[in-house]
Amino acid sequence: MSHPIEVGYLRWIVLLPLLGAIINGLFGAHIQKRLGRGAIAAIACTPVAIAFLISVSAFFQLLGLEPNQRFLLDDMSKWIHVGDLKLNLAFWVDPLSCTLILVVTGIGGLIHLYSVGYLDDEPSIWRYFAYLNLFTAAMLTLVLGDSLLVMFVGWEGVGLCSYALIGFWYKDLNNATAGSKAFIVNRIGDFGFVLGMFALYWCLDESGQGTLIFRELAERVHLISDQKVFGIAAATFITLAFFVGATGKSAQIPLYVWLPDAMAGPTPVSALIHAATMVTAGVYMIARMSFLFDMAPDTLAVIATIGTATAFLAATIGVAQWDIKKVLAYSTVSQLGFMFIAMGVGAYSAGIFHLFTHAFFKACLFLGSGSIIHALHHEQDMRNMGGLKKYMPITFLTFFVSTLAIAGIPPFAGFFSKDEILWKAWSSPHGSGWIWLFGSMAAGFTAFYMFRQVFLTFFGEYRGGQAHGHGHADHGHAADHAHAVHGGHGHGQEPHESSKVITGPLVLLALGAILTGFLNVPGALGGHHIFDNWLAPVLQAGSHGAASPAHGAAGAHGVASELAADVEHVAHSVAHDPFEYILMSVSVGIALFGIFLAWLVYEKKAISPERFSEVLGGVPYNLVYNKYYVDEVYQATLIRGTLALSRILSAFDRWIIDGAVNGAAAVVRVVARVEGAFDTYVVDGAVNLVGAVSLWAGNRMRAIQTGHIYSYLYAIVIGVAVVLFVRLI
Amino acid sequence: MPTNPLTWMIFLPLLGAAVILCLPRNAHQLIKSVAAAATVPPLLMAFSLFQSFDRTIADMQYVTKIPWIASFNIEYFIGVDGISITMVLLTALLSFICIFASWGIEKAVKGYFALFLLLDTAMMGVFCALDFFLFFVFWEVMLLPMYFLIGIWGGPRREYAAIKFFLYTMVGSVLMLVVMLALYFYNDPHTFDLLELAKRAPTYSATFQRFAWLALFIGFAIKIPAFPFHTWLPDAHVEAPTAISVILAGVLLKMGTYGILRINYPILPQGTLEFAYWCLVALGVLNIVYGALCAMAQTDFKKLIAYSSISHMGYVMFGMATFTSQGIDGAVLQMFNHGTVTAMLFLLVGVIYDRAHHREINGFGGIAGIMPFYTGWTALAFFAAMGLPGLSAFISEVLVLLGGWRYYPVMTLIAASAVVLTAGYMLWTMQRIYLGAPNEKYLTLPDISAREVFTLVPLGILVVVLGVYPQPILDLIGVSLHKLNEVVLSAGQGGPLASTGTPPIVR
Repeated sequence: MSHPIEVGYLRWIVLLPLLGAIINGLFGAHIQKRLGRGAIAAIACTPVAIAFLISVSAFFQLLGLEPNQRFLLDDMSKWIHVGDLKLNLAFWVDPLSCTLILVVTGIGGLIHLYSVGYLDDEPSIWRYFAYLNLFTAAMLTLVLGDSLLVMFVGWEGVGLCSYALIGFWYKDLNNATAGSKAFIVNRIGDFGFVLGMFALYWCLDESGQGTLIFRELAERVHLISDQKVFGIAAATFITLAFFVGATGKSAQIPLYVWLPDAMAGPTPVSALIHAATMVTAGVYMIARMSFLFDMAPDTLAVIATIGTATAFLAATIGVAQWDIKKVLAYSTVSQLGFMFIAMGVGAYSAGIFHLFTHAFFKACLFLGSGSIIHALHHEQDMRNMGGLKKYMPITFLTFFVSTLAIAGIPPFAGFFSKDEILWKAWSSPHGSGWIWLFGSMAAGFTAFYMFRQVFLTFFGEYRGGQAHGHGHADHGHAADHAHAVHGGHGHGQEPHESSKVITGPLVLLALGAILTGFLNVPGALGGHHIFDNWLAPVLQAGSHGAASPAHGAAGAHGVASELAADVEHVAHSVAHDPFEYILMSVSVGIALFGIFLAWLVYEKKAISPERFSEVLGGVPYNLVYNKYYVDEVYQATLIRGTLALSRILSAFDRWIIDGAVNGAAAVVRVVARVEGAFDTYVVDGAVNLVGAVSLWAGNRMRAIQTGHIYSYLYAIVIGVAVVLFVRLI
Repeated sequence: MPTNPLTWMIFLPLLGAAVILCLPRNAHQLIKSVAAAATVPPLLMAFSLFQSFDRTIADMQYVTKIPWIASFNIEYFIGVDGISITMVLLTALLSFICIFASWGIEKAVKGYFALFLLLDTAMMGVFCALDFFLFFVFWEVMLLPMYFLIGIWGGPRREYAAIKFFLYTMVGSVLMLVVMLALYFYNDPHTFDLLELAKRAPTYSATFQRFAWLALFIGFAIKIPAFPFHTWLPDAHVEAPTAISVILAGVLLKMGTYGILRINYPILPQGTLEFAYWCLVALGVLNIVYGALCAMAQTDFKKLIAYSSISHMGYVMFGMATFTSQGIDGAVLQMFNHGTVTAMLFLLVGVIYDRAHHREINGFGGIAGIMPFYTGWTALAFFAAMGLPGLSAFISEVLVLLGGWRYYPVMTLIAASAVVLTAGYMLWTMQRIYLGAPNEKYLTLPDISAREVFTLVPLGILVVVLGVYPQPILDLIGVSLHKLNEVVLSAGQGGPLASTGTPPIVR
């Protein structure tokens, strides 16, 4: 990699949202009281908007450079210099991180704007925006950090903000619990992350080359190829540890359980953090260190397997959910699984491309569901929805477009990105037919549950409001006069389209869901892999055969013309590997079948949904409906186990360790008492005895000791006589 | 007039105590003001010390060396190097803060503040003393006020706790006394000079090093406190008044690890290498995990924080025995950071205890809705204790664990797993006390007062600033610790214990 171009402005991409967070966090309550909600919104949205503009200018500066020179660095200050470890607070932009910051600030900015409308009845909106800005700053730190440790600061920082925002409405303890769960599960991942970091540093240190800075790692990582950690290849151990980190942040098996619960947070948060940005951090991290993962084929196999399993299982769970956001949550888990499939087969660029398109259509879906939830006064159960397309045409249209995208229907964005992954899963040397098969089935389930959602919420009759005493007919009536809803039918329960600040972002994101796919049209469809080429200097692995350096050299103008050409070419594609067309057709066919089935069940009602739930005695349905009981298993084993261990140790501490201390003290006391008694009765007794004996003897002797000389003489005579007598004998 | 600022920092509080003793018993405000005034100059001197301290040399600075008891070659020998200066700064800061945290004391005010200032003098003295006898005198002097401060101003079981603290520490003192005398007589000419004793380290026999090291270690381990000598701590903390808990956790615990670095490491380097694995690494990691698990089971808020202290001090023990720059620097940085973070935690426990008059974790709920600013401060302290990036403890814990991996990857793995446990008990506590629906009983509790905020602000600033930019402290300690590390490691080669002289590599 070449020398970086030093620029001084990248820091502001991070610092501006941070500044917004600090202002709103420390003074927000006063500002909101004095200047109103508008001021809070302005303080929160402006920095993100400016950060977006700076990101765009960074993008154009990169475009103006040779592909292999695309590397900007902002070295802000010293950070931690200890021994040979020299880390600075430094941010860098290369094509990979540039892609991510555009997503984070662009989509993030839209979601900030949307939040202004969505949380129009939230009393402490300053707190919300402080968290949201802090999240943005942390996410940008994660992406822009030039070393693993700076990345880790962002990595944990986004976890913290996620915790705070999931539990934003903390007065409901369930929300708080969901937040804690997210944090703790993420911490398990963080544990893997730091271990990977430590092992990597010291493995490089063996050759005196210890570092945590990405660009240096890329150059030096070959030094660890012969090393071992705990008896396995160092590269395998390190990448597995990092992958544990990725499973936590990106909600993969076995650490995905926090994400569905995270839906307790406000819906824009779900869109930004739990769909578009934070949860993709694991994917980004692997792509960031693709040079390392390429050295560990065993890890790649694990990643591909976990990704496939997650994509498939989460998609099956999505089929049985009733909460509109839970469906989207499992869908996110599943789509993240697709990204990991891409990582696992070494198709890093395809994974990042799916991350990119997914950010648009999933954010749009979440925000669309938020628009519905907001209109229905916090109703989230799809059984109480239906017929909403009449009331909320813009929400419907944008939601529908995004659903087509996620279902993989051409020419929407998800088709291009998902199909690229499935093709790579089949064709890559790390891939296999199994991955393709399960991936395609997951895609079929995705199409099914997404259209199930569309039919349940937007089609049919509106089923909400009955609880408020309105008959069905009443609603039919209301629906006929939808335009007069606000005119006052007296119940005001009819949903209505959301305000422009909500629909505006929806429209822009829906456009993204339609158009972003064209950024990476595969060669098979006459495209130029613009996106792959853009990332090629970073992700040098042999995963993008179609990428040619010549295309990468295209400047801003070149990209635009290529893009135009690609859009044109999709219609009449040039000849390519025929198998690619077959697979493409099959996967589209599976998706269409999923949609058709959803239509049959939920719109045509030709098949009762109960038919599904009764298959095989209801076992599969119950399994899926209860999310495979994974939460219950964790509760019964890990959580109970840890708590039990903590109680046992605490009792041990109290009764055994402290018992020993108190016991020792008691023994000393007993000894002291015995000694005291000994002292009183034996030692002192002996002394007293001597005294007493002397006294007694004295008294006795006093009789002898009369003071009369004759008696002494008498005694002496007797004594001498006795001695003499003894001698004589 | 003494010109060494350290002498002033040590004895000004004592002067303050003397003044207080002359004041009338009921002049509460005056007594408190005098106490505050006596801690301000040391704090200012600490700032100037921080400014002028030479970061490029490992030698002692601000040295004063005058004969004290000449017939036994005992000297008033004080000075600071990179290791002790951080502790001097911390002591000056926490003493100042704790005067204000004690502002609500109503019982026997005169005695409390006089004893507190005496304690301040003793603590400062321990960190500055370079003569073993002087060190021992300060160490012992510290015991007395601490005993009374817990035993008189403490909670319901204060007498039990105070006696336990006193006896436990006395056991350590006796062991230390024996080693001190042994070292004194082992050398000819007899000396208590710690630097001189360190120079003669190569002459000490293997057996002597082993016994002396272990005896000293037990003395210091009680203070840290290291498993299994730790059970005095939760009791002492639970019973001690808030400010005394702050001093106890913030300063006194560090004397254990400081003593090991100041005495065991340079004077008995081969003993250090021989016992580092079992006594520092293994026990340190045990402290981390065991402390965290015990904390999780507590229902008394203050006891929970006490166990978290045990856990966090484990990082110091582990870090200092990693024999890497990162680990040992991380250990000393952790000593400083734990001082600020845990001080905040105890102050915050005090805030809620003063209002609700109990500390039962399950007896609160929804405090965030009632005392939002207080909850904000608690969140900062909790996240700092959890080692969240951007806050100070993150840097020290990461450095310790990073350093640990080099020679002890398995131990590092176990220690690092505690980050999950720590997050677990901290968030669980957060949830039970602060989140959820507000508890009806406490709807009228007033939010944190200006005085309480005043005690938290300097700590909060340090926690954030050192989290973002730890270099000021790292620069301060780096050179001295590097030299100390070299001394210990080089003693492994050619010394009487050369065969066991390298850190055990368990890779």
